[in-house]
Amino acid sequence: MGYDKRFDGRRADQMREIEARVGVIPRADGSAYFRIGRTIAYAAVYGPRNLYPRFLQDPSKGILRCRYNMMPFSGSGERVRPGGNRRSKEISMVTENALMPVLNLDDFPNAVVDVFIELPQTDSGTRCAGICAASMALADAGISMRDLVTSVSVGKVGSSLLVDLTYDEEAYEDEPVSDVPVAILPRTGQISLLQMDGEIEKDELIRLLDMAKKACWGIYEVQKAALKERFNCVKAD
Amino acid sequence: MNKDSKEHMLKSLRENLRFDGRRLSDFREISLELGVSDSAEGSARVRIGDTEVIAGVKLGVESPYPDTPDQGNLIVGTELLPIANPAFEPGPPGTESIEISRVVDRGIRESKVIDIKALCITPGEKVWAVNIDICSINDSGNLIDCAALATVAAIKDTVFPEFDGESVDYKKKSSKRLPLAKSRMPVTVTVVKIGEHLIVDPGFEEEAAIDARLTVASTAEGVICSMQKGGDKAISTEDVSSMIDLALLKAREISKVVERA
Repeated sequence: MGYDKRFDGRRADQMREIEARVGVIPRADGSAYFRIGRTIAYAAVYGPRNLYPRFLQDPSKGILRCRYNMMPFSGSGERVRPGGNRRSKEISMVTENALMPVLNLDDFPNAVVDVFIELPQTDSGTRCAGICAASMALADAGISMRDLVTSVSVGKVGSSLLVDLTYDEEAYEDEPVSDVPVAILPRTGQISLLQMDGEIEKDELIRLLDMAKKACWGIYEVQKAALKERFNCVKAD
Repeated sequence: MNKDSKEHMLKSLRENLRFDGRRLSDFREISLELGVSDSAEGSARVRIGDTEVIAGVKLGVESPYPDTPDQGNLIVGTELLPIANPAFEPGPPGTESIEISRVVDRGIRESKVIDIKALCITPGEKVWAVNIDICSINDSGNLIDCAALATVAAIKDTVFPEFDGESVDYKKKSSKRLPLAKSRMPVTVTVVKIGEHLIVDPGFEEEAAIDARLTVASTAEGVICSMQKGGDKAISTEDVSSMIDLALLKAREISKVVERA
């Protein structure tokens, strides 16, 4: 018996329920809330603003700085100790790389754009939810962008190729599992985040990327709707 | 805050009017939501105007502190997350964050709202640890009252996970709630002195103009259970007396919001 029926009854290519809102943190220059199933991400953008200490400054362009953080009570088991660890540092770095291709910070030499991602509740797919929230928050902050960034995890449980794995699916014990978080730039279909752990054949990976792309176009519509909702009070004269 | 802005603020306070239209003793609207993070054993979101805080409770089994072998462990932490305020930076807790943690901790501990002895499993060996973490989402002033309110709401929401004597199963919630004395639920109100005026629930502009403040935690029975004076100006006994009166008056109003949740 393979894993052919998902625990929560979803189709193989079906994401969990998504909720997105923009402008949720009034003090921030831009902010967003993104929920996929039980995973919740807040993102806030501050900047472009002065960057100190000065040796970090780049006189040719502004820099992007991301911080991914789980709240202490957001893990499914014991309390997560506050402060960074190796995992959160790496996720912060790949988040920067996932967002950078759509940003143009040439007009902000020596400045920084800070993106803070905070998770109050998690059930896998946290870096992807963080990236979705962050790209909406950057748009809300009015940073010039070529595109939004959309992100979802895909993977293989047993012999089934699936979109948007939950914690229970990632922890499936009876069969091998592989997990592939992906970020897609929806207008061009290009990939700005790709990680993978587990075992997978090359042609399966290509099929998974195709599934991720289709799912991301769905996310893109939700992101756009949330941004339009935020600014629908602004009417042209 | 510069001198002219403060002069302007004082002028309007003399007319019982604040920058956002409130009177001196008005709170902004308070909203309270329980169960906002199901990975925590208890959680709550509190908004006071635009200020927003999430508090979460994680329970674990630990060994007790050597000086209190028959009591559970209570730990309060505050994360002033950098999403909440342009001046907050990532990193270990600073003095502001530690002050909030300690003032909230004293309110919970000294009010005896949690029956801490009932958290003992085997004296000297195993006790329940109540880890309360306060996370700021947006700081538009008065984080401390917001944090304290989110904390009492979160402990009210807390349910024990299953424990078989050896390990905790976080996936299974039991039907057992945290042992609370409802009448001792502390409500924390900070009264702020600007010039000769006393106000409650300062916004972030008002916080920048503070001369002194007094944070008072009190129970529904009107018992004062913890206090903290802040700000760099000294206050008189008369000030203390009127600040406490105002804090207790406001606490009665706010405790109704907690009861409804």
